[in-house]
Amino acid sequence: MTMHSEPAPSAAPPRLLGKRNRATLHNVLAYWILGWGSLFILSPLAWMLSTSLKTRSQIFRFPPEWIPEQFLWRNYLEALTLLPFDIFFMNTVFITGLSVLGELTSSAVVAFSFARLRWKFRNALFMVALATMMLPRQVTLIPTFILFTRVFGWKDTYYPLIIPSFFAVPFFVFLLRQFYMTLPFDLDDAATIDGCSRLGVFWRIILPLAKPAVAAVAIFSFQFHWNDFFYPLIYLFDKDKFTLALGLRFFQGNYGTDWHYLMAASLIVMLPVILVFFFAQRIFIQGVVYHGFK
Amino acid sequence: MLARRLTYRKREALLGWAMASPWIVGFLGFTLGPMLASLALSAFEWDLISPAKFIGFGNYREFFVDDPLSLHSLRITLAYALMAIPLHLVLGIILAMLLNTNIKGQSLIRTVYYLPAVLAGVAVAMLWRWIFSPDFGLLNLFLSYIGVEGPNWLGNRTWVLPSFVLMSLWGVGGGMVIYLAGLQGIPTELYEAVEMDGATALRKMWHITLPMLSPVIFFQLIMGVISSMQIFTQAFIMTDGGPANASLFYMLYLYRQAFEYRNMGYASVLAWILFLCILLLTLFVFRSASAWVYYEAETQEA
Repeated sequence: MTMHSEPAPSAAPPRLLGKRNRATLHNVLAYWILGWGSLFILSPLAWMLSTSLKTRSQIFRFPPEWIPEQFLWRNYLEALTLLPFDIFFMNTVFITGLSVLGELTSSAVVAFSFARLRWKFRNALFMVALATMMLPRQVTLIPTFILFTRVFGWKDTYYPLIIPSFFAVPFFVFLLRQFYMTLPFDLDDAATIDGCSRLGVFWRIILPLAKPAVAAVAIFSFQFHWNDFFYPLIYLFDKDKFTLALGLRFFQGNYGTDWHYLMAASLIVMLPVILVFFFAQRIFIQGVVYHGFK
Repeated sequence: MLARRLTYRKREALLGWAMASPWIVGFLGFTLGPMLASLALSAFEWDLISPAKFIGFGNYREFFVDDPLSLHSLRITLAYALMAIPLHLVLGIILAMLLNTNIKGQSLIRTVYYLPAVLAGVAVAMLWRWIFSPDFGLLNLFLSYIGVEGPNWLGNRTWVLPSFVLMSLWGVGGGMVIYLAGLQGIPTELYEAVEMDGATALRKMWHITLPMLSPVIFFQLIMGVISSMQIFTQAFIMTDGGPANASLFYMLYLYRQAFEYRNMGYASVLAWILFLCILLLTLFVFRSASAWVYYEAETQEA
């Protein structure tokens, strides 16, 4: 490979594998494996795009072509008009937007209390919050379902999908608290001496400084609610109220073998997450890494 | 003066409770309350229409004795976890170690690998259903390039679980990114020290890399247990439990009992048993941790 045409290890008689050579060998091996791996990672997406641009008859041809003779961009238009995807899209934006807002505000506030205010039972309750992070949602699923649909009468509404978001998410509280803790307490003291209230400290000093953590939480929250399928599935029944995930499943039921349409619609549903990923990649990875360590 | 200080303290405590109240209320109303309710519900037979009937341990008996599918779905889920978790662990670490050198394009490769980890849900399940398609799918196309005739992945009782494992490996970059950060946090002095002693690459890996990485591995193991026990969307969309219940994941079965057959009491039992299983597995990992997880701070104190 010409890529690795480094100068040969100098003068000394070449041993079987010098340190330099070994490093090069490692690199070649690394590229080789990572390269094949990248192929495994990217080929499904390429395949998806390719399928979405084909005609029905081209899909069922073997061996298939990677690049269709003609790019049928109108597949996208047709797929999206077979079902009211514009309505699904707006519904998803609405639910996701409010849920992110709710989780962000409530978790940021709660985390401040756990990180920077002194009150009795604070540490004990924080331990409880940590423990609930491990709790699978199934244990609370059925009673909350009964509570929301039977007691509150929220069947076929967005309330069960949105309202719980305003009661803080333990994982986000944890992430934000850990971040708040890294900020020096001198900041609070200085601001308090200058006559700033505790709330003022939170709003004017801590929150602006915690932007990276807040951004990470916002992205996680967005990702979860955008992709969420289970909760909409059990709470929503009216087609006009469907989210994109539900719509896609409905689509599968009706046009199950129209893979060109299915792939076009699926790609559209994935697109916002992909876009957010590319624009906020650093925040994404930092956030994940941060939570992976504790 | 003292009185003012006290009131200041009190006001702070009051604000503390007030600002923590969203979580406290949520915990009582949406976690603790429902957990207890679910425990109570597990002693009843209730379809949400006719009045609930008290049956004591009847639902538990149903789970362990009368219902052949309950333990079957638990076995399926455990089998999946047993395949998926170690593979994610090993592949994630290997990829991270390959990437953790001064190779060019490190951040580009990291981006590529991480991308699928952020995608989830119905769209991804749809994509993989198409990839696994026996006659026209991508996987069998690749296999045909090397002269292998692939099976009907999702329609075959033997291959359906490995298919789900393979699909989950598409997101291996999620773990890789975390391991990579862990590797980058290992001080290079450690390696230099043993290199002076002429340690081989294998020894370096065994005596430095893996011990230093063990807290991260530990965390990833626990997250792996929790998430693989809760697989739902993929199974629901791609196979709906088939063929012949060979991919009847536990959550799928719970969903059916609760929301299709409306057996609220029995579904509560399923939920509690899943919870206990996750708890047991997590405790097992925790208990074993002292044997293999290495925390720097601990030995420094000792």
